[in-house]
Amino acid sequence: MRAIEIVTQLLELAAALAAAPLFVGWINQCRAWLQNRSAPSIWLPYRGIRKLFHKDAVIAGNASQLFRLAPYITFGAMVAAAGIIPSMGTRLPFTRIADAIALVGLLATARVFMSLAAMDVGTAFGTLGARREMMVGFLAEPALLMIIFVASLISATTALPAITEHLATQTLGLYPSLAFTAVAFTMVLLAENARIPIDNPATHLELTMIHEALLLEYSARHLALMEWAAALKLFNYACIGFALFIPWGVSTGQGGPLALLASIPVLLAKLIAAGGVLALIETVSAKLRVFRAPEFLATAFLFAVLGLLVHLLLGA
Amino acid sequence: MTPAPYSPLTACLLLLVLWGVIGVAGLLRPTSLRFVGRTLFPISALCSLALAAVAVWSLGMPPERAILAVGLPDLPVHLRRDGLSSVFLFLLGAASAGISVFAAGYFRRGHGTSAGLLCLQYHLFLASMGLVMLADDAYAFMVAWETMALSSYFLVTTQHGLPEIRRAGFLYLLIAHVGAIAILLAFGVMQGGSWQFTFDAMRAARLPAPWAAAAFLLALFGFGAKAGLVPLHVWLPEAHPAAPSPVSALMSGVMLKTAVYGVLRVTFDLLGQPLWWWGVVALAVGLFTALYGVVFAAAQSDMKRLLAYSSIENIGIIFTAFGLAIVFRGVGMPMLAALALIALLYHSLNHAFMKSLLFVGTGAVLHSTGERNLGRLGGLIHRMPWVAWLTLIGALALAGLPPLNGFVSEWLLLQAFLFAHEVPRPFINMLLPMAAAVVVLAAALAAYVMVKFFGVIFLGQPREAALARAHDAGVLQRLGLVWLAAGCIALGLAPTQIINGLRGVVRQLSGADLPGQSAPWWLLEPIPGRQASYSALGFLLAVTAVVLLAILGVRLFYHQRVRRADPWDCGFARLDARMQDTAEGFGQPIRHIFGAFFLLRRELPSPSDRAPRYRVVVGDRIWERLYVPLGALVQRIADGFAWVQQGRIATYLLYSFVTLVALLALVL
Repeated sequence: MRAIEIVTQLLELAAALAAAPLFVGWINQCRAWLQNRSAPSIWLPYRGIRKLFHKDAVIAGNASQLFRLAPYITFGAMVAAAGIIPSMGTRLPFTRIADAIALVGLLATARVFMSLAAMDVGTAFGTLGARREMMVGFLAEPALLMIIFVASLISATTALPAITEHLATQTLGLYPSLAFTAVAFTMVLLAENARIPIDNPATHLELTMIHEALLLEYSARHLALMEWAAALKLFNYACIGFALFIPWGVSTGQGGPLALLASIPVLLAKLIAAGGVLALIETVSAKLRVFRAPEFLATAFLFAVLGLLVHLLLGA
Repeated sequence: MTPAPYSPLTACLLLLVLWGVIGVAGLLRPTSLRFVGRTLFPISALCSLALAAVAVWSLGMPPERAILAVGLPDLPVHLRRDGLSSVFLFLLGAASAGISVFAAGYFRRGHGTSAGLLCLQYHLFLASMGLVMLADDAYAFMVAWETMALSSYFLVTTQHGLPEIRRAGFLYLLIAHVGAIAILLAFGVMQGGSWQFTFDAMRAARLPAPWAAAAFLLALFGFGAKAGLVPLHVWLPEAHPAAPSPVSALMSGVMLKTAVYGVLRVTFDLLGQPLWWWGVVALAVGLFTALYGVVFAAAQSDMKRLLAYSSIENIGIIFTAFGLAIVFRGVGMPMLAALALIALLYHSLNHAFMKSLLFVGTGAVLHSTGERNLGRLGGLIHRMPWVAWLTLIGALALAGLPPLNGFVSEWLLLQAFLFAHEVPRPFINMLLPMAAAVVVLAAALAAYVMVKFFGVIFLGQPREAALARAHDAGVLQRLGLVWLAAGCIALGLAPTQIINGLRGVVRQLSGADLPGQSAPWWLLEPIPGRQASYSALGFLLAVTAVVLLAILGVRLFYHQRVRRADPWDCGFARLDARMQDTAEGFGQPIRHIFGAFFLLRRELPSPSDRAPRYRVVVGDRIWERLYVPLGALVQRIADGFAWVQQGRIATYLLYSFVTLVALLALVL
């Protein structure tokens, strides 16, 4: 384990922690522009988090320890996930500890704790949010796994950085199988991060929300951690997408510190582009009814399976 | 041939006999709970621990055998202990240790059968399961198998005063015997005309392919009936809730695994060379079972039925791994067969701990509240913190979350599936990777089920006033829970060590070894050279470190002020416990999405109803479509035969006469 690997790891974690709210702010700004509204400041998510940290926490009288622990676990899981995903460099010391399947497990852990915490106070909205969140989870997970399967079959490994390294250094630039899985992944990303068309991050209409319903009882620092974790989750998903589908520009160990430095603007460019695309998708589509979510995610799964079949038939 | 004096086999036999003695000792003072509960059951738990220790000690040893001249003349009992037996003996010992300690604090007066008799049945059950794993001829195996079925039948019907429990017991006994007949027939096929019923003779008999396939399918049916493969699963959700909780734990955690043991023994040891298409059959049945079980688990509102269906799911996953192992073995990829078998054995061990933990957890809840219905529980984390937090470990493990044990076996299974496209059979190689998606769907649904299970029982507000009087588990019960939870954690954190332990067994079954571990001890890397590794310990450390840093950071930089207030609930002021989701409500998305699985009967109130009632009954399609017509058919045939019973002595004498004449004609 060399010093540069540790530096890469720490840099990635710091970048994730710092840039995640910025990414959310950027998407909100793009969305406002596309919808002809005057855009909020890109720094608004930071101000929100800062404000929340300074408030007094108000907790329901019958909340248990689990309720107070869950924000830390969710946040911790998201930070750890950021450590597995090669957003800047592929030589990470954390790589061998957890592969892509463990990453899916880590995201599931966060989801389960969030849902349990939502059930803890025993309100109608909390339990409703919990079951919807778990529903989206079990619908999205098989699709996500199929996506990872395709990438693993192409590069004969399940370690995410190794996949990225393989894809980034291949002479063959385009895989038709990955094109299908990229569509599938975008759909999974939208569903898992409570974006339109599955959920609306801007709504507080009780009967349609999923993610917000989970957080209704949280306040102050707990809410701040949950919001930050949600931003990190979106950032992580975006970085998984970069790692699988646009892996170029990531430092692969050759080139030393310079390559690492060069990967920072590349990541920034990718994030800016991805934010624009996400805002565009969210602007042109409408929210689906909750029970249309299975169809949406089944479509994602079918795209991933198509990718798999294309890979097995064509070998590409 | 008697066993060597200081061998593991002797030790195992002695411990099984000791279990028998403890059981009989229970009859000395059958009504004294103090004697039976506080003395005999803890001693029995020590026996279990000793058995587990012996099993670990013997894991790497060569097979050893013994012939005991007991039973019928000229039919001695053949015994043999090898690696496979050791693994399952360890499972039996380690899981039953926790369950027995829990049981010591569990049984109370007024449980139908007296404590002493219960103790006898319980220990006969344990000893017969041990004997199943040591038997080396068909007679001994079937005798042990039947003892196991009968003793567990009596345990299931402990509260035989209730008609539904008698009904559950009957269903269990019926399916157990249908399965036993199939196993008996499988042994009959496997002796291959030699009429020798020792397992050695069966290993030596080289069966022609059609007969081997017949034996395999019979064994799959027979052991599948015990394991709860769909469509033979119907007894499980009836029998598990009927039995006392420690017995449910034992049946679900350990007894189902005897079926796994049996099917492994027959397929990989006695038949020797499985064909790849057998694996496809087992895989298809396993996948369907997994999905079916977990979907039904999500729709249940009785906590023990929910766990029973979840057991069906896990058995499905185990049989999926079994099928995959056969496919790999059949097409000549023994190393991957070894990987799938490791996933299989690992998941069996995991399930023994996780499911026993959850069943004894429900036992503690049942004890303190008298309630099995999820709709009348809730908020118990405040009243029963020990049970709640320990059960949470089991629930998270069953949900397949890292770094607990359920994740490891699923990870290994998925790694094996990643090679499935290399199987040199067209179509199969494309279908197999998609089977992995079903496994993941089942695992993700299991997380849904566990959130429902834990959330509805332990979180939220108590749904009944009586729950305020709930008390936490006693010391012995806690000890049992802690042991099982520790097992879940240990199996999760030390995968490399456990896989090293299983290596020899897997070599014996698959004919090939997994390549030696070149990675450091804390890193699991099943196939060297391929970058696929997982370190539970590192994972735990990393996540814990981040969580602790977050807590510390918040503590350092911000204040710690907390106010308690009424729940916010979007400003709704008159919140009460009935506004939370019920178990039925939590199952609603599942009923909606997987409607094709269920037979739903809804009773909706009309707007003008005086006493509006909403009822929904979730039925099992297989029961209605398969078992009810089958039962009717059997009844019709029996009615036809009933004509023979004329009730007149002259007719019966005529029957005897005709039979005699016919026999004479045959002989002369």
